[in-house]
Amino acid sequence: MDTILRTPFDERAIRDLRAGDTVYITGSVFTARDEAHQVLLQAAHSGEEIPFHPEEMAMFHCGPVVQKEASGWNIVSAGPTTSIRMEMFEAEFLRTYSTRLIIGKGGMGAQTLEALADVGAVYTHFTGGAGALAARAIHRITGVHWLEKLGMPEAVWLLEVEKFGPLLVTMDARGNDLYKDLAVLIDDNMKKIYARIEGEA
Amino acid sequence: MTFKLSGTFWASRGTIAYSQAKTVMCMDERILLKGLQEAIRTAATELPVDVVDAISRARDKEESTGAVQLSAILENAEVARRNSVPMCQDTGIQTFVVRVGVKFPLLSSLRCVIEEAVRCATRDVPLRPNTVDPFTGQNPGDNTGHHIPYILWELEEGDACLIHLLPKGGGSENCSALRMLPPGVGLAGVKRFVIDHVVACGGKPCPPGVIGVGIGGGADLAMKLAKLSLLRPVGDRHPNMSVARMEEELLDLINESGVGPMGLGGRTTALDVHIEFAHRHPASLPVGLVYQCWADRRKLVTVDGAGHVEVS
Repeated sequence: MDTILRTPFDERAIRDLRAGDTVYITGSVFTARDEAHQVLLQAAHSGEEIPFHPEEMAMFHCGPVVQKEASGWNIVSAGPTTSIRMEMFEAEFLRTYSTRLIIGKGGMGAQTLEALADVGAVYTHFTGGAGALAARAIHRITGVHWLEKLGMPEAVWLLEVEKFGPLLVTMDARGNDLYKDLAVLIDDNMKKIYARIEGEA
Repeated sequence: MTFKLSGTFWASRGTIAYSQAKTVMCMDERILLKGLQEAIRTAATELPVDVVDAISRARDKEESTGAVQLSAILENAEVARRNSVPMCQDTGIQTFVVRVGVKFPLLSSLRCVIEEAVRCATRDVPLRPNTVDPFTGQNPGDNTGHHIPYILWELEEGDACLIHLLPKGGGSENCSALRMLPPGVGLAGVKRFVIDHVVACGGKPCPPGVIGVGIGGGADLAMKLAKLSLLRPVGDRHPNMSVARMEEELLDLINESGVGPMGLGGRTTALDVHIEFAHRHPASLPVGLVYQCWADRRKLVTVDGAGHVEVS
């Protein structure tokens, strides 16, 4: 049975997830790349109110392709972007806005891992580049913010999704990080690879 | 309206002004424009068969996480093809390698036809507007700009023209690298640099993809050769036996690393390694590396002297 989480997420359910679990989500998602993180953090610094509720939604590191039609915005392709670029903002962002689930690719750093545990949040991986597959699970665009200022990829898009996934939990709220575990295994493999190269030289 | 090589050529002002002025096209130009638009669309929406086959074979060798990632990629490619939507939201910087005969009848208008095709395809496919002015931050919204679309010109004999399309995303392009190695490290040093770099990139460039390597020449030529090597299909071996052997050996060693699909662990980190080489300066051993993600998008537009256009 596929685990489907619904927004707004329950903190206990999120804290119960373990790195290695696969989940799907249904509900509200907002996109945020580098510049959206900056804009949202600046808003918090200056005490401005923002026009949506990040604590009740999942955050998607994504710059989608969208098309304007007579009936409104239509999502075309929307896979995840490389999350590590947001490492410089993410810990502060999580502590400010209490977003409980991040969707991205490639994983994040130590500061984010610590913030996930503090806030009660997880980082999940969606297959990089699988933009058409992601778009199929996005039912509609409910809004867009800072489009003029940031342009299509960097704007904050508000999405309604149904059974969006599969999402692999790679960093959980208990300090587990699949990427760190894998790095140990890869280091070991590299020693054998170097030995093979030197053996031939 | 004539295009002259002059000091301003390097600022590209001449070429951009020329393209914008070109609003009326002759019949042959319009046919080529249609062919190019079709090629840009299918490049963005249809993953080449050699790549699909390689990913399918890789999936059969993977367990759990790796198999889930590769299945998602294959399902995604199928949805994109069926619905004619971009397989990845990053539709890339539009890059063209043009091998054109000096007697090709449309040589003088080729740049503006390519630029117009990019504008039309951005609107119609649609593609993500991906060109940002580094100084003002402005995005013209049509995937053109200073020097972009990027066109690499190779002049040849005859009256035909081959236009290779290589739209490449930012995530994998960010994992490009150049190393000016001391020649004393030899080919073992070249291998070590390539493997170290690919492994250090981890999941960032959306593996499994194709690793393009350029060896020799100078810094610019090594990078150019690395990128040109990506025009070759997955499974293609270099005609020079020594080069072909290194391609196979590097592929094997990279896949021993365990980085795996999407950097989540597994047996498949790369689908192929392609190497091109040039003679080097005695003091230099440049190695260029260009990482192509799994969305290894390639198309070829062939135009003969009579103006017949074929997209493959």
